[in-house]
Amino acid sequence: MTHTRMPAVADWFTGEGDGFRLLGTRCTACASVFFPREDAHCRNPHCAGGTLEEVSLSQRGRVWSYTDSRYRPPSPYVSNAELPWEPYTLIAVELEAERIVVLGQAAPGVTVADLTVGMEVRVVPGVLHEDAETTWTIWHWRPTGVAA
Amino acid sequence: MDHLALAADGGGGMTEDVAVLGAGMHPWGKWGRGFVEYGTAAARAALADAGLGWREVGSVVGADTVRGGYPGYVAGATFAKALGWQGARVTSVYAACASGAQAIAAARAQILAGLADVVLVVGADAAPKGFFRPAGGERPDDPDWLRFRLLGATNPAYFGLYARRRMAVHGDTPEDFALVKVKNAALGALNPYARYRKRVTAEEVAASAVVADPLRLLDICATSDGGAALVLSSLDFAHRHGAARPVRIRAVSTVTPRFPNTVLDLPDIATDSAASVAPPAETFRASIARAAYEEAGTGPEDLSLAEVYDLSTAMELQWYEDLGLCGEGEGAKLLREGATAPGGRIPVNTSGGLASFGEAVPAQAIAQVCELTWQLRGAAGDRQVAGARVGITANQGLFGHGSSVVAVR
Repeated sequence: MTHTRMPAVADWFTGEGDGFRLLGTRCTACASVFFPREDAHCRNPHCAGGTLEEVSLSQRGRVWSYTDSRYRPPSPYVSNAELPWEPYTLIAVELEAERIVVLGQAAPGVTVADLTVGMEVRVVPGVLHEDAETTWTIWHWRPTGVAA
Repeated sequence: MDHLALAADGGGGMTEDVAVLGAGMHPWGKWGRGFVEYGTAAARAALADAGLGWREVGSVVGADTVRGGYPGYVAGATFAKALGWQGARVTSVYAACASGAQAIAAARAQILAGLADVVLVVGADAAPKGFFRPAGGERPDDPDWLRFRLLGATNPAYFGLYARRRMAVHGDTPEDFALVKVKNAALGALNPYARYRKRVTAEEVAASAVVADPLRLLDICATSDGGAALVLSSLDFAHRHGAARPVRIRAVSTVTPRFPNTVLDLPDIATDSAASVAPPAETFRASIARAAYEEAGTGPEDLSLAEVYDLSTAMELQWYEDLGLCGEGEGAKLLREGATAPGGRIPVNTSGGLASFGEAVPAQAIAQVCELTWQLRGAAGDRQVAGARVGITANQGLFGHGSSVVAVR
């Protein structure tokens, strides 16, 4: 059965493979960057407000911190309660150019033992969950020193 | 211009004190009853402590709960009805974990504005089993819903991120974190309102299950049922009522962050970007305490005790630094020196803290002030800090709510 690939959230990321990027917005007046995207108003209180244009964020950043989720999170996280819980790793990543920290799940198989604060990671496409018809896609972080 | 500068910084300047005439709590636990019952019991206890009847209260302020259905969103009126309608002015406020401080701030503002002489402040919650979760439905415009849906990022996951960051930047260890639990559990064992009244060893912390690496079950606060209430009044009323030397609330800090906020706060998926505007010199949490100190005309060197929001053991160490009890990165050292234990220079969480109570969200910031009140009266029993004169509470609510109260006697 063929699954349709759909982003789990609209307009937060784009592209496939090496071209995968997080999408934010940038104020044309003050150059502040926003992720998750702001499309209506710039949130910089020093800025009179410009139009917000879509920008793709840096693909590489450095680990700000990390943790994991040893217990099944509650709804609205989607997981199959009939299967044993498989912990996943969460990584907060600092993007140097944007001076922003973005949280995400690590790519499957990456554990806290593989990580250190300051390590370089890269954004990659991932799967959040699948249902009967759809593969819901999301961003993942993967250490650049770890093979795919 | 100075007025504008001060206003943009959360107000600034000193205000008059208000009196704490009464403090009351319903014991924390998992009692399986509704929040109205806990809040009403706490309110009656606070009124009895104040020596006042409910009909003498001119205003009631409720700290809301999002877990009690509609009555939880209108907590002030819910408690007023349960106590018996008597016509009091009513206010209900919500600010997540900071709801109690917002309720105290609203009550104080009414007293200082001359709108009421006596105000009853009440917060209570009945907590679910397991993780807190967002309200139901498909709500992709709600950051709290999104962090669960897209990332499965529970509250303990954020606590784990902060703890790991401290380990990497400051060299804290899991053993340091465990010692916070050991200290707070020993104090909770002495508090009849605490849910957990058993001492805990570092070995027991280390043997508990990892929840969100590097934090274990005994590093993370539970979610609890509980209720807390305060009766506040003007100083004039307190004197007429015969309270010659009441505990006084000298400052209530309810500041918001400043852009760009560069610490990943609950429930956000990302920080603000600091690409175009340099971040403020102090973090949001440090600014919460500074605003309280400035309003009170006091500083960390004046404190007798502090009640801080130890959602996790590691977070208590962070608060030491944010309150200025020690320098940045020195929290674990301060703990290991015993400075924050009973008999130390600045005992922290003499109530036993969230480690011993578990979090009953809208009640918790009020409960912190109950503990300050009992300590400043010299009525804290086996937990008493000798000669306590000045206390501070500190807490941060989801979505950018500062919360800090300075009380003196």
